[in-house]
Parts: sequence; structure tokens; C-alpha cells
Amino acid sequence: MTADPGETPAGTAGDGMADLTLDAKVAAADVPPELVAQSLGQYLRAWWLQVRSGNSGVLPVVLAIVIVAVVFEAVTPEHAFLRPSNLVYIFGLSTVYMVLAMAETVVLLLAEVDLSVGAVALIGGVIAFKLVQQPGPDWPWWAAVLAALACCGVIGALQGTLTALLRIPSFVVTLGGFLLFSGILIVILGGADASVNLNSSVTNQRVIYDMVQGLIAPIVGWIILAVVVVAVGTALWLRSAARRRQGLVAPPLSLTAIRIALVAIVGVAVVIICTVNRGTSLVTVAGVPWVIPIVLVVLGAWTLVLQRTRFGRYIYAIGGNPEAARRAGVSLPAIRTWAFALCSATAGLGGILLGSFFYGEYSTNTADPGQLVLYSIAAAVIGGVSLFGGRGKAIHGVLGGLLIGGIAYGVSLLNLGELATPLEYILPGGVLLAAVLIDVLSRRGAGSVTHV
Amino acid sequence: MTEMNEPPKGASPGGDGVEPLVKVRGIDKHFGPVQALYGVNLDLPAGQVTGLCGDNGAGKSVLTRCIAGVHQPDHGQIYFEGRPVHIRSARDAAALGIETVYQDLALADNLDIVQNMFLGREPLRRGLLDEDSMERQAAETLSTLRVTTVRSIRQPVASLSGGQRQAVAVAKAVMWNSKLVLLDEPTAALGVVQTQMVLDLIKRLRDRGLAVMVISHNLNDVFEVADRIAVLYLGRMVVEGPAADFDRQSVVSYMTTGTSSGRPYEPSTSASGEG
Amino acid sequence: MSDVRGTSDEEVPVTADPGETPAGTTGAGMADLTLDAKVAAADVPPELLAQSLGQYFRAWWLRVRSGNSGVLPVVLGIVVVAVSFQIANSKFLSAQNLVNLFEQSTVYMLLAIGEIFALLLGEIDLSVGLVMGLGSVVVAELVQPTGADWPWWAAIIATLLACSAVGAIQGSLVARLKMPSFIVTLGGLLILEGVAILVLGGTLVGIGNSQYSNEVVLYDIFWGTFNPVVGWILMAVLVGAAGTGLWLREASKRRHGLETPPRSLTAMKIVLMAVAGIAVVAICNVNRAHSGTIEGVPYIIAIVLVVLAAWTVLLQRTRFGRYVYAIGGNPEAARRAGVSLPAVRTWGFVLAALTSGIAGVLFASWQVSLTTNIIKASNSYVLLAVAAAVIGGTSLFGGRGKTIHGVLGGLVIGGIYNGLYLLGVSSQWIDVAVAAVLLAAALVDVLSRRGAPGQT
Repeated sequence: MTADPGETPAGTAGDGMADLTLDAKVAAADVPPELVAQSLGQYLRAWWLQVRSGNSGVLPVVLAIVIVAVVFEAVTPEHAFLRPSNLVYIFGLSTVYMVLAMAETVVLLLAEVDLSVGAVALIGGVIAFKLVQQPGPDWPWWAAVLAALACCGVIGALQGTLTALLRIPSFVVTLGGFLLFSGILIVILGGADASVNLNSSVTNQRVIYDMVQGLIAPIVGWIILAVVVVAVGTALWLRSAARRRQGLVAPPLSLTAIRIALVAIVGVAVVIICTVNRGTSLVTVAGVPWVIPIVLVVLGAWTLVLQRTRFGRYIYAIGGNPEAARRAGVSLPAIRTWAFALCSATAGLGGILLGSFFYGEYSTNTADPGQLVLYSIAAAVIGGVSLFGGRGKAIHGVLGGLLIGGIAYGVSLLNLGELATPLEYILPGGVLLAAVLIDVLSRRGAGSVTHV
Repeated sequence: MTEMNEPPKGASPGGDGVEPLVKVRGIDKHFGPVQALYGVNLDLPAGQVTGLCGDNGAGKSVLTRCIAGVHQPDHGQIYFEGRPVHIRSARDAAALGIETVYQDLALADNLDIVQNMFLGREPLRRGLLDEDSMERQAAETLSTLRVTTVRSIRQPVASLSGGQRQAVAVAKAVMWNSKLVLLDEPTAALGVVQTQMVLDLIKRLRDRGLAVMVISHNLNDVFEVADRIAVLYLGRMVVEGPAADFDRQSVVSYMTTGTSSGRPYEPSTSASGEG
Repeated sequence: MSDVRGTSDEEVPVTADPGETPAGTTGAGMADLTLDAKVAAADVPPELLAQSLGQYFRAWWLRVRSGNSGVLPVVLGIVVVAVSFQIANSKFLSAQNLVNLFEQSTVYMLLAIGEIFALLLGEIDLSVGLVMGLGSVVVAELVQPTGADWPWWAAIIATLLACSAVGAIQGSLVARLKMPSFIVTLGGLLILEGVAILVLGGTLVGIGNSQYSNEVVLYDIFWGTFNPVVGWILMAVLVGAAGTGLWLREASKRRHGLETPPRSLTAMKIVLMAVAGIAVVAICNVNRAHSGTIEGVPYIIAIVLVVLAAWTVLLQRTRFGRYVYAIGGNPEAARRAGVSLPAVRTWGFVLAALTSGIAGVLFASWQVSLTTNIIKASNSYVLLAVAAAVIGGTSLFGGRGKTIHGVLGGLVIGGIYNGLYLLGVSSQWIDVAVAAVLLAAALVDVLSRRGAPGQT
């Protein structure tokens, strides 16, 4: 066996001996708990074993969200952190990071990286904004959005082709792309000082403006929540019932029930926070921002694509073992190119949301593409996506994005004066390093062979 | 002429009264709950080639690595030139004169032959690398081993054929006053001509008085170079003796079942296996 | 007894990935019975086999055609850049502009040289631009008479130490904690940007005040020049020493019967060095001031040459350098040979950061006053550094490259910047151009590896 003499691949003895007496615990820790558990108690025990062996899933990020919430609530002046108005602001800001993190996740799953998502996001936003300008192209909003996404998709396809066909390392290609599109962004904007704005009195432009700033009437919000919970719940229940009927492996009923309950609780909490009146006594501001359902749609779409389509399956396969995928007949260049294209298109959507979040204004000062990409990668990795490929889900991007948004906004609430600008740089850097460190260490715990 | 873990009776296997260079006695090694070696004995006499055979998972690599210092045995003792020794690292092994050539050769493609042969042990002159003396020594070693097909000793290793790379790896192992050379599947990826080249190289090592141990699946190669054959089966040394006492069928039988068609091994005075 | 071949008769492949064919063998590990002699010859450096100059060039051409082109692309790049920009703007090759170009290029060269340490190890250092930025801010702040008021030499030493410490931290994270280098240095560059802005304190810091001797020294680092006569003498001494050293070494090797290139080749190398030296000094000694006199070789050229010489010796003639190449080529082989991978890798990042720190001192001197925006802009320098290194001939995949590549590549990047600027191209399009050049250089690097084992 060519395993490095200093390393023993998890699960086998050094010499490739038959697993005659393989440690049952080691084996059990690698199997997802829902597959082996017959009851809720067994599930929890198996899950805890899995966590202790290093494969902790979303636990770290959920814990981190809780810790961040508690810490910031304590140190913010007047304990304002958890006020509904601030929370909704965080939701709004986070959605940008969530979408960008989901975009980056697709590429990270392939064991590649896309350093240009920030710049591409901004380009997508600017293109959409420019296309709805009146006087000007005055495209319908949906056409403008689609065109922006298509442009970003093409950009991604180009980068993907260079990486997939020519095998230029992805970080070089996307590093060059980052610079390239940062420059082109200025050109499209019309100069380093130019900007493009949305006129919120124009209906067509109002739609885009409302994506983040617009609110759903509270009643409608409750209705939508009910529909979503029922839909998701029914789907989960029916699916596990169907599997059980066919005699396939299925999680215990109580587990499914708990999951549905969790979704409901989170949904209810979000809607309540959003529908509390956070305006003044004169002006009522209440309701779920449109962007939340939008992000849920993106989350749903990506989860579907990654978990239930061939394309998604192949992405995981390539990230896990490219050679095995190749031999199984998967076309590596095609999947890779498409992944980069879809990543960039999703990033473009994130850019449009970003512009909407900033009240419909786009200039070179709106956001720093470098900071955006760092936040995206940090969000994805903190959420649980591995840098080394093959491990991660769309929901990780959502959770990580929420955390990053919370930290970013929380810091700005602290009134740190002169420290504010430096912290804007130091904090994401530190968070990214911490997230990756955890990722690396957890891979070690899982016993996978590390680089030399 | 020993079967089933008995210590050698009387004189050494070579029968000439000389203590074998390396003696391995009663080696146990486990990884977690998996036992890889059970009380393994082995003799590696100088000036002889010992072929270590065994099926996948029999423990050949583990045993090799125990001798090479990569693993530490749980029980048992290794004797070098008659003294008990503890080989705790590759450096300890190298200090004793034990060199290993692994299956993947461990050559850096971007360096040339000289640089690879001296990697990790470069001599210095006035604080800088002593290129001239390294080049001279490397050229000498290659020519003593009669490796002549290499066009230039400053060729990057990437441009060599498989057999030449193997030769460089062996030369690298041999250059350092080594007394025992362990080779793991040296001919596994080679074609006919290159295999012959490497086998000739192995014979020359033996002729220089080194002890050589070769792990190989290829019984043709084993029977061509080996003076002794040892067979591992599921972590146990089931038979060990002069090559003349074996034929291919018996070796295969020992490898796959631990016995030779149900009959115990008898020393060379009797019929050598089934016809 | 039947002649039964062993149970596992098939050639058990060496662990080479089945998609890869080690150079020189065919797919199934068959004997090199029909090995293409041309292929073999193409992989051997021409100097080794040539007995005469003519043979050398034939062998070299063969090697270029097989994809292993060494410094040819960058030399061609320099020629192309020179010719095209001269056609576009006749002032490009004027003495005044050329010296400008040299001066600007020195920063790119130093950053590229720093980056090469990381690239050789098979890693990447994305923070070189910000280490430079931080270094520039630190050295400028330390000599402020109203602030720290350190002597210039103390400020420089402290700056270099601080930058080296940054490199040590990043190197340790990569080498000991096994974190991917691009993430560590990506996070690093952000943190450094914040720290630099913090040190800057929100305003600007300048070293342009000629009343303060420490600031004057710093200023002179970039803007000062050698007396023309001194310039000639230095060049003569340098070329003389280098040439004699080279000739004697070759002669000694020949005496000992070791492999040596033909004499005529060595003579040509010495002549080329002399020609380049004379050209540079001559160009620099032309009076390039509109009024008054500005002439002579800038100090920074000497600084770059010192760094070039020192790091070349380090990489080619010491154990440490040898191990850097070994790790870049085959980390497992290096590890088995007893090389300490964490130590070498960490030191590699220290040297990258140190060299970037030197670039930072030059950068402070060049910019004279530093603002937050300048710090933010130093972010993009990493692309120039990587582009310069790759254009110069260093591989992104590790194990291949030399310090001189950084110098040559830096010259090309400097030329592109200078030329486009002269043509009035706006800075964002210049960035676009550099990105395109980087991609092209990376493409060449990947293609030149095609002959060697590929990847999935």
C-alpha cells in the first residue's frame, strides 16, 4: 500500500489488512445517524458519537450564532442587538451573504475556489440597475434581472472553462477574474465616481428596490409561512413514509416530526420578529421583507439541485474523488464549467440584492469586492462546507451567512470610532482563518489522509 | 529451514556458521484492534537476497517498515550484527546502514539524479553545497552498479525511464555505506527489459556483500534473484528457507493457505515440493 | 514442473494515478523498447549534452519545441513589449522613460521574487502586496520626527523584522496546521490591511520633509542615484567579478571531469552580462532632467541586484534551497529523506514576507506620502507579483523557478504598466490588461506541463 508510513487511513490497518476486527465505534461514527437509528434516543446517541469523532455538521455554526447573539446583546449599547428593527436589518444584510455563500458553496464542493464572486456580484447588480434606467434602456425588471444573471453566468462559464479544460488552477483564474471584473465594473458604471440609482417612484424599478426593502403585509406573511411549513412538512413526512413503506432505510418518525416542528418554530419566530412594528407611532413598519422568501426559494432550488439531481450528485463525486467520477463516465469539464457558471449567476443575484439593500444605489463605494468574497468563503466554511471538496450543503451557506451578517452588523453597532475601518478588515480575516482552522482540524479528527 | 516461528536450530540458515546480518525474532505488531504480525521471525544474511512473499494483507509492508524504523514493533526484538537494537526512526535505520527503497521510489521529479541521490544528506563546502563532490560520488556509484544507460547525471529525474528511476532509487539507497537494502516491489511497474536491469542490479548489490530483502509478487523475479525465500501468511511467517527448497507451486500454496498442500515443510534433503 | 507465472502476473501499477503517464514510460509500464529518443533528448537540459555551441542551440530548440521553454517566453515578452510600445509612442524607449520603467519595476521585481519562494514550495502567498503596504506604513511612521523618531536604519530593521514575523505566522499556519496557503494568506491580507490602516491612523504619513535627515535617507533610497563615474566602476567590478567567478568555476569543473557546458557558451553568458550592464549604466547616466541634472544609476537597481544575488545563492547553493525545490517537486520524497517540511515551508513564507518588506521600504520611498487609499490599492499588487513570477518562468505548481524569473517578469509587468500609462489608458483598463497577461502566462505554464504527468 502506498499510504504514507506515518498515516493510517481511517478504517483500515496500515497494511491493508482485512477489517476483521474493525473497531465498531469507529465505523459507527462515520455512518449518518438517521440510517442506523430506530428510535429518537438511538438517533441522538449516534449523532453525538458522530460529533465527537469530528463530523459535527451544522452544530458549530448554530452554536456560534447563539454565542454571537448573546455576546453582542450584552455589549451593545442599550442591549439593542436583539431589537426587532436591528434583527430585521441583519436578516436583510445576511441575505446577501447567504446567496453569495450558496454560490461559493457550489464551487467549494468541487474542491475549487471562486475568488471573483464579489466582483461578479457587483457586476450583476450594476447591469440590472443600468438596464431598468429611465430614460435609458428601460427594460422590464424581470428582463433586466434575467439579463444580469445571464451575463454573470457567461462570466462564470468562461472562468469555468479555463479551469476545467485548460486546468489552470481555479484560484489563479478567479484571482485574475477578480481584478478583471473589478476594472470592468468601473467601466460599466461609467467611471470611478459614477453611480447608478433606482428611482423608487417608478413601478418597474420599485420591484427591484423592494426586493430587500419591500415588506410583505403581515397577514400575507403568516399565510406564506403556513403554506411553506405545510408544504415542507408534508413533503418530508410523505417521503419518509414512502421509504418506510418500501422497506428502505428511513429516519424514525419522531425525528421527522421534530424536524418539521423545528422548521415551523424558526418560521414563526422570523415572522413574529418581522411583523412587530419597528417603526414609529406615526409610521408603521411591519412585515416580512420580500427578500426572505426569495432566499428561501434560492435555498430550496440549490438544495434540490445538489441533493436530488444527477448534476448535484456528480458535483459531490468530483469533489470527493475526481478520478473515480471520471471513470464512472462523468464529464469533468462539463460539470465544472456549469458549476462555475451557476455560481456566478447566483452571485449576480446576490449583487442585485446588495444594491436593493443599499436603498437602490450602486457606486464604487457600495461594497468592496474583496471583502465580499472573503465573507462568502467564510460564511460557507463556517456553515460547514469543506474547503477540500465533497462536503457541504446549501443550508450551510444560509447559516453561515446569517452568522457573518450578525457579526458584521454587530461590530458596527459598537461605535468603535477609529477602530471601525480597520476592524472591517481584520474581523473577516480573523473569522475566515478561524473557520478554516476548524475545518482543517475537524478533517483531522475524521481520520482522512492529510496533505504531506 | 524453519517453519512456524521456531528459532533457528543451531547454525545460521546459510549453513556457513556466520551470524545473519539482521535477525528478527518474535515481532508482534498491531494497529488498533487489528493484529498485523504475529511473532514473526526472519533472518537476513549478508551477501544473500531474501525474497519476502505473501498475499495482499499478509503483513509484508508492515514487517519491512518495522525493520526500516517507520513502525515500532509491540513485542519482539531485532538484532543487527548480533546486537539487539531499537530502530525508532528512519534515521536510526540509516545510521545502522539499513536503507529502504519504497514502491513509489520517493524521487523528486524536478531535481536531477545527483540532487535526488543526496537529498537530505548534502555535503557542504564553505557553507555552500559541495556540488562537485556530490556529482563525482554519484557518478562513481552509478558506474559501480553498472548503470550505463543514463545519458547525463545531471538529467532531471522526470526524464528517466521507469527502470532508470528504479536504478537511481537503488543507487541512492546503496551509496551510504548501507549493509541492508530493503526493496518493496521493485519491478512492479517495469517492462521486461527494465525488470532485467533491476534484477541484475539487485544481484550486484548481493555480490558487493550487502544483505538484500526484496518484496515481490512476481515469483519469476523472486526465483531469479532470491537465495532465500520467506513467506508470510496472515501475519505469520509460515516458512523460511533456501530458495532451492521451493518451487513456484509450493510458494503459491504457502502464500494462499499457509501450508504446502497440507504437508509440512521439509528441508532441502527431501523432494522439493510437488512436481 | 510447469513454468507457471506467479499469481499476480499483471504489472501492478506504481501508485501513479492511472490518468498520468510518468514521462518516459508508456501507459502500461511497458519496457522502453521503442522510447522516442527525441522525447528523451527533449527532457535533458541542452547544456548537459552539447559539446559545441551549435549542438547546444539545436538541443535547446528541440527542448523549446517540446514545451519546456525556460526564459524564452519572458525574453520574447520583453521584446514584444518594447517594440509594440515604442511603435505606439516613440518616447517609450527614451532614456528618461526607461529609467522610470526600471525604477517602477523594482517594486514588482521584489514582490515577484518574494512570491517565488511560495510558488516554488507549491503554495501561494496572496498577502505580499499587503505586507509591502504594511511595511511601507511602519517604516514611514517610525521615522516621523513628531512621533517615534527612530533613526532610519533602526526603522528599516524593525520593519523587516515585523514583516518576517508576519511571514512566520502565516508560514506556521500553513506548515504546521496544514491550512491551505491561499486561505491563510487571503485572511492574512485582510488582517494586514486592517492593521496597516490602524497604524496609519486615518490620515497620511509622509517622508518627504527634507529637514529631517532620517526622512531624507528614506527618500533617497528610491530617488537617489549613484554618481555616473561610480556607476561605471561598480558595473565593471560586478561584471568582472561575476564573469571571472563563472569562468573559473567552469574551468575547475572541467578539470575534475564533471559535466560542463561548452566554453563558447560560458563566454557568451559573460558577454551578455556585460552588454546588459553597459546598457543599463549608459541609459541611466543620460541626463534626464528637464532642467538641472538628474543622472546616474538609481540605488534601487543595486538593491535589487543584491537581493537577486543573495537569494539566488540561497536557492541554488544551500541545503535550504535544495529542500525548497524538493518539497515543491515531491513532498513525500523530501519527507522520507529526512527534510523537515514544516521548517522549510515556514522559512519559505518568512523569506517571501521579508522580501515584500524590502519592497515596502522601497514603496514608501517611492510614494513619499502614504494614505489609506494607497494601502487599499496595494491589494492588487499580488496579482502583479504572481503574474511577474509566472511570466518569468516560475511554475504555479511548484518545484520550478528561479530568482531571476522575478526580475525578468517584473520588468515585463513594469513595461506593460509604463507603456499603457504613456498611452493614456485609464487604470482600470490597465488592470484588465494585467489580468489578461496573468491568465496567458498561467496558460503557458499549464501547457508546458502537458508533457509531464497531468491532473484530473
